[in-house]
Amino acid sequence: MAEILIAGVGATDFGDHTGRTGRELFAEARSSALEKSAVPRSDVDALYYGNYMGETAERQSHQAPLMSSGVGTTDLEATRVENACASGGYAVADGVRAITSGEADVVLVGGLERMTPLGTEETTAALSRAADELHEGRPGLTFPGAYALLADAYMERFGGSREDLAHIAVKNHANATTNPKAQFQSEIDVADVLEAPSVADPLGVLDACPITDGAAAAVLVSGEYATENGLEPAVAITGSGRGTETLSLQERGELTRTRAAESAAQAAYDRAEVTAADVDVAEVHDCFTIAEVLALEALGFYEPGAAITAARDGETTRDGTLPVNLSGGLKAKGHPVGATGVGQLVELTTLLEGTHPNADAVPDAKVGVTHNAGGTVATAAVHVLEVAK
Amino acid sequence: MSDEIIRETSYDAWLDALEVDEGYYLRGDSRATVPPAVAGKTDELERETLPETGVVESKTVIRVPHPDFEDAAPYAIAIVEFGPVTLTGQVTGTDPEAVETGLVVEATVLEAETSGKRFVGFRPAGEVSDR
Repeated sequence: MAEILIAGVGATDFGDHTGRTGRELFAEARSSALEKSAVPRSDVDALYYGNYMGETAERQSHQAPLMSSGVGTTDLEATRVENACASGGYAVADGVRAITSGEADVVLVGGLERMTPLGTEETTAALSRAADELHEGRPGLTFPGAYALLADAYMERFGGSREDLAHIAVKNHANATTNPKAQFQSEIDVADVLEAPSVADPLGVLDACPITDGAAAAVLVSGEYATENGLEPAVAITGSGRGTETLSLQERGELTRTRAAESAAQAAYDRAEVTAADVDVAEVHDCFTIAEVLALEALGFYEPGAAITAARDGETTRDGTLPVNLSGGLKAKGHPVGATGVGQLVELTTLLEGTHPNADAVPDAKVGVTHNAGGTVATAAVHVLEVAK
Repeated sequence: MSDEIIRETSYDAWLDALEVDEGYYLRGDSRATVPPAVAGKTDELERETLPETGVVESKTVIRVPHPDFEDAAPYAIAIVEFGPVTLTGQVTGTDPEAVETGLVVEATVLEAETSGKRFVGFRPAGEVSDR
């Protein structure tokens, strides 16, 4: 893959931004990324922008020109990307592809979601639309319900317990306590998770990510552009992969694996010429605690059925052999759907370059992975990031 | 240029058949599915009779409901294997918490009170229909 460097990243705080518009939030993230990159705004060739529920939350479709207009150049291709919760990851992948193809030298990738205007009921409705309407929406399957079905199938086949899952939530909340951008900078314990009201058995409120507003952006440049312009970014994207599976769970044949993420991971590893064993740190899509388990197995860190105890055993905690979601993850950092995949890129970039508040947990990390999933992982985008040579 | 052809697109017609105990699925060369189905031009989809009963593969009790079922929570949703095909539906006719993996159920058609939309339902096999 052509050399692609992350010249600058920026993000808003994730949380409740009542009173602010989506365009304000994205402008904050965009400006931050562009300023850090030191790339002139007139050099930006394209914007790839992830957003899932703008029509519902802000009565605003066609957001790409809205979000590109503040860049400061009219000579810019702007495209909105929608793949549910993976919209941001796919925006990153599209940016990588644009540079790899040679059509662009500088790409702005970003994502934004406003969710708090909707409240719980309307958010439940909006998220349920990412599932198969005929086969899943009509019978009343919710988004948490779909992951509950995956959790039930997993534990029925491999064992594991709600307590094992609770340790994932506890870990990610602990990581978020030192991340000033996180929505929940507070610790919880296993009892809190187990005693929280159920949303869809076996998943409770504290197994689930929150409703979040937020935006994230990154400036990607080709290696050639960086050299010509004297830029020395610390982190590169060395692998990018995408995968797809049936939208409905009932057509998959197997409920305990996420093959879209497996495909995406393999493609990303192949392009980066690394293996799962080379990865030092990961930001994965833990919209529910069980989702982190499925992610770790799809990424090849664990065999099928083996990842459910990873947090409980301390392997994926801050001091573990493979720290996962040092940002707090979707669970505690928050999940502004269309921004999440880019938010992961922002977090991992700063972890690898040593500027993240939790970077001291991985001082020697050279290789990191982001894993972003759409719906029940019907789509997935995986990126390998490495400290630039 | 397309090498696929849209067939058996009527989900409503499929529900109509299921509703009068004439449920079916579609068998292709390498898979089995239910409408709406898209198949390759050379992939003939044969209608096969849906097995009378299926087995619960995975289940959940929904406590925070889908907006179409605001007054119905808690309710059970299950993924059920009917031989070569798998269906997703709402389980009625039993306590939602009593739905277990391995439970044998029959497929039926239900209607959401708020939206009027029909959908797949399941009830424990052998129960007298309340319809």
